[in-house]
Amino acid sequence: MSKVIIIDDEPLARSIVTEYLQKHPQLELMQECGDGFEGLKAIQQHQPDLIFLDIQMPKITGFEMLELIEQPPAVIFTTAFDEFAIKAFEAHAVDYLLKPFDQQRFDKAIAKWSEQNSGSTDKATRDLLESASLSPSQSQRIVVKNGSKIKIIPVHDVQYLEAADDYVKIHTQEGYFLKNKTMAHFEQSLDGQQFVRSHRSYIVNVQHITRIDPYEKDNHVAILRSGTKVPVSRSGYGKLKDVLGL
Amino acid sequence: MVADNAMVLNFFGLPWEAAFIDSAISNTLLLLACLLVMNTLRYYLPSGKQYINIFSICLFLTIVWLLLTKLLLRVSLNHYPGYNELLHHSLSIRFSIAFLLLGCVTMISILWYTQQDQKEKDERKTDAEKLAKEAELFKLRQQLQPHFLFNSLNSINALIGSRPEEARKMVQQLSDFLRGTIKKEDTQWVTLQEELQYLQLYLDIEKVRFGNRLNTEIEIDESTKQLKLPALLLQPIVENAIKFGLYDTIGDTVIRLYARKDGDNLVIKVQNPFDPATSSPRQGTGFGLKSVQRRLYLLFARTDLLTTEAKENIFTTVVKIPQGQ
Repeated sequence: MSKVIIIDDEPLARSIVTEYLQKHPQLELMQECGDGFEGLKAIQQHQPDLIFLDIQMPKITGFEMLELIEQPPAVIFTTAFDEFAIKAFEAHAVDYLLKPFDQQRFDKAIAKWSEQNSGSTDKATRDLLESASLSPSQSQRIVVKNGSKIKIIPVHDVQYLEAADDYVKIHTQEGYFLKNKTMAHFEQSLDGQQFVRSHRSYIVNVQHITRIDPYEKDNHVAILRSGTKVPVSRSGYGKLKDVLGL
Repeated sequence: MVADNAMVLNFFGLPWEAAFIDSAISNTLLLLACLLVMNTLRYYLPSGKQYINIFSICLFLTIVWLLLTKLLLRVSLNHYPGYNELLHHSLSIRFSIAFLLLGCVTMISILWYTQQDQKEKDERKTDAEKLAKEAELFKLRQQLQPHFLFNSLNSINALIGSRPEEARKMVQQLSDFLRGTIKKEDTQWVTLQEELQYLQLYLDIEKVRFGNRLNTEIEIDESTKQLKLPALLLQPIVENAIKFGLYDTIGDTVIRLYARKDGDNLVIKVQNPFDPATSSPRQGTGFGLKSVQRRLYLLFARTDLLTTEAKENIFTTVVKIPQGQ
């Protein structure tokens, strides 16, 4: 018996999956969820083996929800997204069902999952998330977990990012939030015209910089509007000058 | 002109008959030269820098004309006493008059044909612009969100199994809605009442999709019902509000629509809730509103008819439609 959760904001879209699931008695439907927050809770509670996930949902997208899970389950996307948008993730997700889909297509996706189920899906889902968060639509905001709460940070509120072991500290006016990602990941996914890797351990939002002062011999320091000082290395200074057009 | 010319010649002592023959020959030849110039210019207009060529051609034609005239007059009027003398003396005057006349005809022709040409060009340009505008308006109108269509079909698919009657109803609504987008012309104006009926189809479909989450409140002044607006203008605004409202908040969402008359304008206000903490208002004015803005510009040549405002947790879109078009 495998556990299944459906996460989709349209009730009828959930009911069609429920209907198709009746042909698969080995799959037990644990819960239906209407948004990513509910989905997150349900996943933690039930530890499902497979989830059916819509992408466009209230508040946080399906991708953003997956990012917040330490060990994401296997995913079959159910979406009306056009094929081009979804193609990029095809290699990593178990499968994706383009709405509307029929029982046959659904059964095929389940069969594909059963085949893969013997192997590890964890890595596949992680790869999927990496490619998802690199798509441009994802770089407008960062979703983090703050204790049991979920915080959505618009990127323009981010002052700077700081490397901290396996995590990255995302500094905002309200303090910092931790995200289990690498600096290289953020350097790639955020807009290079706004976020500059000023130092091996720092990425700074140029819109928050008020001035850049010399500091010790070869180095500089960027002073933010909040008064915070962010280290700038020699190569980082070059990059900042390029972006600011100095 | 022939008569004038003859009178002048008569004045200089030439008999009437000879004067008329002389004048007829020279003027006919001059007329032929003028026609030649005009006809040439009709098909070949010189560009700006070639005026020196035009001058040379005029000069050349005048000389040819003079030689021909002289030859013909000599042959035909030789027998009149003293005629050769008179012809010889009058050559310079004949030359300057002919040159002036040819010059004038050339200038006038150039002006006339240039103007004709410009007019044609302008017409072509306005035609092209009109076509482009129509095509753009058509495209803007056709940009029905494929998401909407696929998700609606998915809902119908789900209803077929559980509630076939409702599925049938939704197919009907979707068809009516799609037919509405196809048949209406962009330049067509409809009354607010008609537009709202059409909008209602769209809202009914969206309500089936989103269930209880989506609620709408429509408040229309009785006086605005017969006011007019371009067809299919409201639907994208409401679609934008629904998406923004539903995807930016959790739980039930109320979309409000108000219409009132303000002076010469029909003013329509659409409101949706949003979460100021997580969305930058820029994102909310996505493609939907941009295309509405563009359409209003193409129709009215104004950019101030669509405005948006984010206040507390309510996003408001206001569209003004000038009446009396």
